[in-house]
Amino acid sequence: MDIIQILLNGIVLGALYACIAIGFSLVWGVLNIINMLHGSFIILGGYLTFFAWHYTGINPVLVLPIVALLLFALGYVLQFLFINKVVTAPVLTTLTLTFGLDMILYNLMTVYFTATPRRVTLDLGSISLGDVFLPVDRLLGMGLALILTALLYLVMRGSRIGRAIVAVRMDRQAAELMGIRVNRVYAITFGIGALMAGAAGAIFAMVFPVTTNLTGVFLGKAFVICVIGGLGSVPGALVGGLALGIIESVAGYTIGPQNAITVGFLLMLFLLIVRPTGLVGVKGYE
Amino acid sequence: MMPRTVAICILSVAVYAALLALVPVIGGNYETRIAISVAMFSALALSWNFIGGFTGYPSFSTAAFFGLGSYIGALAQRGGLPAEVAWVVATIGVAGFATILGAIILRLKGHYFAIGSIAIVEVTRLIVSSWGSVTGGGDGLNVPLMQGAPDVVAARVLFIMLFIMLAAFFTSVAVDRSRLGFGLRCINQNEDAADMVGVDTTRYKVASFTLSALFCGLVGAVYASWVGYIDPTDSFSILLTVKVPVMALLGGAGTLAGPIVGAGVFVMLEEFFWANFLQWNRAILGIIIVFLIFFLPGGLLKIQYGRVIQRLSVRFDQWRYREEVN
Repeated sequence: MDIIQILLNGIVLGALYACIAIGFSLVWGVLNIINMLHGSFIILGGYLTFFAWHYTGINPVLVLPIVALLLFALGYVLQFLFINKVVTAPVLTTLTLTFGLDMILYNLMTVYFTATPRRVTLDLGSISLGDVFLPVDRLLGMGLALILTALLYLVMRGSRIGRAIVAVRMDRQAAELMGIRVNRVYAITFGIGALMAGAAGAIFAMVFPVTTNLTGVFLGKAFVICVIGGLGSVPGALVGGLALGIIESVAGYTIGPQNAITVGFLLMLFLLIVRPTGLVGVKGYE
Repeated sequence: MMPRTVAICILSVAVYAALLALVPVIGGNYETRIAISVAMFSALALSWNFIGGFTGYPSFSTAAFFGLGSYIGALAQRGGLPAEVAWVVATIGVAGFATILGAIILRLKGHYFAIGSIAIVEVTRLIVSSWGSVTGGGDGLNVPLMQGAPDVVAARVLFIMLFIMLAAFFTSVAVDRSRLGFGLRCINQNEDAADMVGVDTTRYKVASFTLSALFCGLVGAVYASWVGYIDPTDSFSILLTVKVPVMALLGGAGTLAGPIVGAGVFVMLEEFFWANFLQWNRAILGIIIVFLIFFLPGGLLKIQYGRVIQRLSVRFDQWRYREEVN
């Protein structure tokens, strides 16, 4: 059946999308910053995974945690050195600052990695059930993306730092009075955002070719997913990601892939105006 | 602003524009091209200043207006209209678009408005590039070239861009001194309070959004006629949409002459880095932005130069004192 295949493609894509957007959503929700660096973090993760695999032959699934930790360190340092200084400034300032940092990172990547599309080829074959056909590497990517999402959810629910992040997100002043070091929580949150971006990039490199030209595309996806799902929560990003994956897959089939992206953005604008808290968002965080 | 300061400001801008107009007489084609860039970005930054500076809404829609203007202008010219008429059509078209759009998205605030305005750029770009039968899609459009020798055409484009820049500037002065400007500054400081005391916030915001779009559309249409070829990626570039607010911030957002100063300095810096560090051009612009945010948060015009000199001279005295002691 065509329709099952389309839905399945949408779900696989949606799981990856959720992974892309989760870090962005967390940073926006907790720090109140629109992180224009997010797209470049994803591509950086993808490239690092590719080069580690290309030169050493290590299985990319094993490279993924290392790449994620590297990105965490990068995010932590960037936040600590730069973004913490302007974290309470209006959106114009913070957005412009992260855009400036993004230009630097983007330039470094195009010079050292070039813009050649790179992809880890795993050659895992594919499975088919009746008419439905699925490459195994995509299934693997979806599995990894879902595992990462679940892990982050558990960390946010169960760990001390997770609770601290949620507390800061709810009320910065109150959290500060309770003895939470807000600046450190901010830096860790930004680090986690970068970590999730890096991991998403690593997964993407196993499934699709990555190139520096895609930074804007990924950033755009993160915008859309965040608005569809609602800010700063793991379930929100998951719902938003799956919704966008399925919408793009269906729209791509019926009105063409180019228009599918437009549909995503139009839906986002519509939701922004009608329901800015997203499908599963909480009121009061605008 | 005090009447005298405004008078000085108007005078300096007039002198500056006159100097720019002299560039084709003194310099060659290269210098003229830079002068056109300066005038064009000054007009764009002044436009952004209506919504971003006076009203304080973080709009990143500049590229959408610029791109739409260039496409409407190009299509009107291809449809047989003379260039000047096509430019007017583009201006009116973009202004109408912004009025309708503004009524919808100006209900959003802060981060949501910023994201929404960026999304507008993406949506317009995607629609233009997928509507191939009308817009030529990704292949772009050829626009009828202006008649005349290259240097004559360049000088003419420069004069037109300078005219748009001055028009945007004098509109700013008029808005600044009018009821509208006062209302916009109220909205900037506290929108709810402005609403309470009787400022019609929705109408004022839409007016300022439309003003910010109008000149961008005109600039886009003239730009299209000048370069003779447009495509979606160039016309609706995300870089342009961030660069213009950065210019206004560099000079001083919400001031009258700030956007002009910022655009001039930025274009010069960019030209210098393009010429000398081609490979690192983007990173250097990024560094300028980071530097701007940390060290010049109010822009070039808001630095108290007297105090800077005073502090520097104190430092210098201390240093000399230490030298003498040693």
